[in-house]
Amino acid sequence: MKRPIMLSTGIAALAGLLMVDALPAQASPRAFVTNERDHTMSVVDMNTLKVIDTIKTGRRPRGIIASPDGKLIYVCASDDNRVEVYDAATLKLVKTLRSGPDPELFVLHPSGNPLYIANEDDNMVTVVNVENNDLVAEIPVGVEPEGMGISPDGKYMVNTSETTNMAHVVDTSNNEIIENILVDSRPRIAQFTEDGKQLWVSSEVGGTVAVIDPATWKIIKKISFKIPGVTDDAIQPVGVRVTKDGSKAFIALGPANRVAVVNAKTLEVEKYLLVGQRVWQLGFTPDEKFLLSTNGNSNDISVIDVANEKVTKSVTVGRLPWGVVVVP
Amino acid sequence: MRWMASAAVAALIAAGIAMLAPLPARAQETGPATPSVASPPLTAKPAAAIAPAQTFHIGVVRQLPEPPPWIAPLQMPPDDLGIAGAELGIRDNLTSGRFLKLDYKLSTEIVPTDGDPLPVVQKLVEAGNGFILLDVPADQLLKIADAYKGQDVVFINVGATDDRLRQQDCRANVFHIAPSRAMLTDALAQFLVTKRWRNWFLMVGRTDGDKLYAEAVRRSAKKFGAKIVAEKEWDYGPDARATAQSEVPRGTQVGEYDLLIVADELGEFGDILPYNTWLSRPIAGTQGLMPLSWHPTMENWGASQLQSRFFKQSKRLMLPLDFQMWQGVFAVGSASLKTRDSAPAKVKAQLLSPDYDLPVFKGVAASFRDWDHQLRQPILLTHATNTVTLSPQAGFLHQTSPLDTLGFDRPESACKLQ
Repeated sequence: MKRPIMLSTGIAALAGLLMVDALPAQASPRAFVTNERDHTMSVVDMNTLKVIDTIKTGRRPRGIIASPDGKLIYVCASDDNRVEVYDAATLKLVKTLRSGPDPELFVLHPSGNPLYIANEDDNMVTVVNVENNDLVAEIPVGVEPEGMGISPDGKYMVNTSETTNMAHVVDTSNNEIIENILVDSRPRIAQFTEDGKQLWVSSEVGGTVAVIDPATWKIIKKISFKIPGVTDDAIQPVGVRVTKDGSKAFIALGPANRVAVVNAKTLEVEKYLLVGQRVWQLGFTPDEKFLLSTNGNSNDISVIDVANEKVTKSVTVGRLPWGVVVVP
Repeated sequence: MRWMASAAVAALIAAGIAMLAPLPARAQETGPATPSVASPPLTAKPAAAIAPAQTFHIGVVRQLPEPPPWIAPLQMPPDDLGIAGAELGIRDNLTSGRFLKLDYKLSTEIVPTDGDPLPVVQKLVEAGNGFILLDVPADQLLKIADAYKGQDVVFINVGATDDRLRQQDCRANVFHIAPSRAMLTDALAQFLVTKRWRNWFLMVGRTDGDKLYAEAVRRSAKKFGAKIVAEKEWDYGPDARATAQSEVPRGTQVGEYDLLIVADELGEFGDILPYNTWLSRPIAGTQGLMPLSWHPTMENWGASQLQSRFFKQSKRLMLPLDFQMWQGVFAVGSASLKTRDSAPAKVKAQLLSPDYDLPVFKGVAASFRDWDHQLRQPILLTHATNTVTLSPQAGFLHQTSPLDTLGFDRPESACKLQ
């Protein structure tokens, strides 16, 4: 294969990797990044790693997820108190959904419906039917609900409340809270592993990630982080992603400007990857070859090579990039 | 109730959809038509339905301070100053505590300026309040603390900034949420030194509090390498509004300086200094750029959520004393989630445990210093319409916590807790 002379070696290698992987013709995975301060969403072509479009969204877009088929992009427009649904192919706004006040993060049932939304201002999780915008339930939770996770079988939804410092486990069959797990300060993200055997909860101010066993809802281990030259106060775990095979976890450490690589079997931290400033959320490409991090204060995303555990590139997006999702 | 859905529909949506996706539109159309008015809401059970396992009784005693000779229209203190913060703290505690069957009750007492808060405290303690928030003058606070020495009551100072309460007059049964004057002026000094505005002109008011504030300013100057190049006592009377334009320029001719620091805790003259000084110099201290625990313009790190909860509740902006009372009540609440036991001694031990932290919406967790029970937390530097920065400033290093660069660090502590 001839090397394109205009590209740097790094990009060429990356582009080469993606090409060799024989993706279906013209199906170039795209990353969608919400820019909280710009009220926009950047669309990044994952083959070229270029921003191909910037879409105007509602005010203060934060949480962003995709439908299971990758065809729809859901965005929390926090200051407009609504969820916006975009067509991932045409990039057009398809519809808006009710969200309850100040939606920040949300999670879709694995089937694609309903949508569980954390209402940060209202101590509530709002459950919405994405087909017809019906309000299914309002679940009272702790103070400042934030992180939202759902078990792969859809049986349990977990919400974290930032000021109550709990992970609330909700039985999705009746929307009742069945368990409250105290974790360290300012829990941000709840993420189940693909096999449903672990729940990871990051605590931003506490500086730890609790790994919880959903069989007992007890904490198996609290992972903490030490980085030479970085004060403990600056280590603020937020975004969490675990590979589908359950081998590696990546933890975004906020103002520490690093993503921790954790061996998900031993739960030991193995490495810290330097990324942009105030790294916030993470998102894998569908093939999990790459992980993207949103870096709020440097207004870019970092591209992490998952297998080699290396940061390969950063791409400038809008101001205060918050969340990211990649669709095929 | 803004919405109503039948149990059947909810169950279908929440659990059954996995099999049905994509959802046939018809199922949705027929679903809500089923009779549903009588079915219970599908939310979690209300807290009231559960008998609390433990109730935390928190009392608040606020002695009204001496009113200043005049009050600028924008500075008018609201009637429920502070108390509204305590009330929000109770709400937030209830929101968190109900998951563990914990309940919280607030009893509030206001004491007039010339009144004695001790009998009011006695009444609250007799009524079973094991935690008492105090916003009273330092002398009264000491009298109260000493009256309950060795008893199972925890006092939380949410108002008095006196340094001596953290130093030679510290008490084992008192925690300090209110920042000390030393913390406030250290926070300011760090910023001014960072800006290289090192030469200060200090203008001191007539009250005892002003003199103590000035004392703290002098201490901070020494600690961080600034210099007080001129110092004056304000002697233009309690209300110089009408004559400020002629008197202040004359009174501020003290030679060259970088910044005027004003010590005027009651707000008698500090606000008339800006733009009336002889030289065009900024003003900081009790007015101008102010070190504060909180301000309505604070919005980062989740602060806007607290501001918005407060506004929803009280239909006004959240002021420092509101925040300090919220912190006091929430400190008990956050400890209670770990103790699940309302015995004050247990809560006290939790407040002092190394893994205790209090959310303060300032980017880092706050906690209590074990040597003087002072809450260590970042301090805002704000003017009327903007929070400029938070101290500690970057670069002021500390071997354990940068927050301990503000106020009395362990080696400087003169406190012997008893």
